[in-house]
Amino acid sequence: MELILAGGIGTLTASGVYLLLRPRTYQVIIGLSLLSFAVNLFIFGMGRLRVNAPPILEPGGAGDLARFTDPVPQALVLTAIVIGFAMTALFLVVLLASRGFTGTDHVDGREQRGD
Amino acid sequence: MWTEGSSAVTDWLHHLLILPILLPLAVAAVLIPINERDRTVKGAIGFGSTLVVFILSMILMRFAASGTASLPGSGVYQLGNWPAPFGIVLVLDRLSALMLCLTSGLALAAQAYSMARWHTAGHHFHSLFQLLLAGLNGAFLTGDLFNLFVFFEMMLAASYGLLLHGSGPIRVKAGLHYVAVNLAASSLFLIGVSLIYGTTGTLNMADLATKIAAIDAQDRTFVEMGAAILGVAFLVKAGMWPLSFWLPTAYAAATPPVAGIFAILTKVGIYVIMRLHLLVFGTTAGASSGFGQDWLVTGGMLTIAFGAIGVLASQAMGRLAGYSVLVSSGTLLAAIGLGHGGMLAGALFYLVSSTLTIAAFFLLIELVERGRDAGADVLAVTMEAYGDFDEDEEEEEVGVAIPGTMAVLGLCFCLCALLLAGLPPFSGFIAKFALISGLFDAPAADLAAATSVADWIYVALLILSGLAAMIAMNRIGIRTFWASIEGTIPRVVVIEITPVIVLLAACIFLSLQAGPAMRYMQATADDLLAPLTLSDRVLSAPRAGSN
Repeated sequence: MELILAGGIGTLTASGVYLLLRPRTYQVIIGLSLLSFAVNLFIFGMGRLRVNAPPILEPGGAGDLARFTDPVPQALVLTAIVIGFAMTALFLVVLLASRGFTGTDHVDGREQRGD
Repeated sequence: MWTEGSSAVTDWLHHLLILPILLPLAVAAVLIPINERDRTVKGAIGFGSTLVVFILSMILMRFAASGTASLPGSGVYQLGNWPAPFGIVLVLDRLSALMLCLTSGLALAAQAYSMARWHTAGHHFHSLFQLLLAGLNGAFLTGDLFNLFVFFEMMLAASYGLLLHGSGPIRVKAGLHYVAVNLAASSLFLIGVSLIYGTTGTLNMADLATKIAAIDAQDRTFVEMGAAILGVAFLVKAGMWPLSFWLPTAYAAATPPVAGIFAILTKVGIYVIMRLHLLVFGTTAGASSGFGQDWLVTGGMLTIAFGAIGVLASQAMGRLAGYSVLVSSGTLLAAIGLGHGGMLAGALFYLVSSTLTIAAFFLLIELVERGRDAGADVLAVTMEAYGDFDEDEEEEEVGVAIPGTMAVLGLCFCLCALLLAGLPPFSGFIAKFALISGLFDAPAADLAAATSVADWIYVALLILSGLAAMIAMNRIGIRTFWASIEGTIPRVVVIEITPVIVLLAACIFLSLQAGPAMRYMQATADDLLAPLTLSDRVLSAPRAGSN
């Protein structure tokens, strides 16, 4: 499980960074999205990977660390997802505005010679 | 308990701590449904809210200045009434009170300025402005790393909107880069925070400071890695070279009131680095003590050099101001990194003085350049051939235009130049003097032993960057005020020039009251250099209602 998660985060980050460095705004936005997926998984992983361990205490049950997983990273991930989503939406608006003003989807607003 | 009269007052006072966040947030929400045509009403409500926040910050600063014991709830506000480190806390100390005051002061000036014409350039200016204020105040007050992230994002989201205020291809292009860079930095922020949480099990800054010394060697690598990644996110915000290429373009593209308030945004990065570096990696951090100092010193010095070269190379005033922001950031970063306890007070003084100056300069630029052709500076020589236009053309317009426009603008510009370059007798000089004298006064017991090569390079850079600012400001000033090439006198209304004058007057006041100001800064620096006192205060704060 650790290996799969680590591989997944690595692949997402690598693809995200690659796309982030590309010259098209659409590539940049997809890159940023992939990067935020990788980060969300990473935060989740920082709470340690556990199977069959809920993050919420059962009523009446004792708070036994062996039976529960850390709830904080899961709460953090939720916050990060919401904020990341909002920021991506905002970036999309700027992207469209830029496309409207310059007529190109190049990040610098004009085509480079030789592209 | 609530029944007692005196304690009820204390309880009420206690809630002052969260008002600088809640009030702008609520006002921003109230402003949204108001019709855009009633801009004056919106502006008045927004200005009123900022004014209240300013007065609140003043009160909080008075509390903070007279020592932590006099603070309501000893300066710790537990959101949800859970004790730290389990609950999220807001912490007020001298540094955060100072930053709150500076922010709301700048906000007042920028907002008043915007009401002359700039808030008509787009929608929801005042709502976004209040949101920015709420985010900034939250970032200065919070004592929790993840909470810091949330306030950071709030501030950034508002700043994206504000940067794009007024629209147009240049702003959209600069905005696109700004948003992309900051989103990437936010990812780094999250990675850093989660690494720190994963190894230390806490997100509370004060708790982190107590735990850092006891971490075993294996985990220490991860904590330091997390801190380094976190640091990069803040350094992007602070504009350290080579993470700063977006900054001059974005700041120059922003509308003047927005650029004015953006002067504090880089200082948020500086603030967090100063706070976290001294709190978590201070003298009490055991093996991690002084982690990352060399990077701050090197990066800070390179930033000063890059900024100074940029200042010299700038043709337009907007870019000049943008590069001045970098010089100011670099000076502060290197000062933090050099680690002499004596420099810290000077650095704080410099922070206040340079932020006020740069904000005033950003506001002034548009007034000076108003009515000139774009690129007029570049074409100055060519334009000489066309001769002078009638200079009194604009004078006949009715309105509250100020008399002797060019004289007033020129005086303000001169003051800006003196303050930016750090020439006596104003606060820019006092700040640099305090920095340098703190550098050489440092006792050997400090983190860095004695005066080293790095210190000398720092002093040289500090003085040379002042020289660069002086040359650049002279050049632009002569071209603008002495050689009246274009001949049109800009029409400036009172409400626009007053904020500039007030900001510059604040700098002069700071120079006149340098003694008390430096005492406050010194007390702040002493607080920062004793991180565990703050930790004690935060971790032992009683829950409300249980006293």
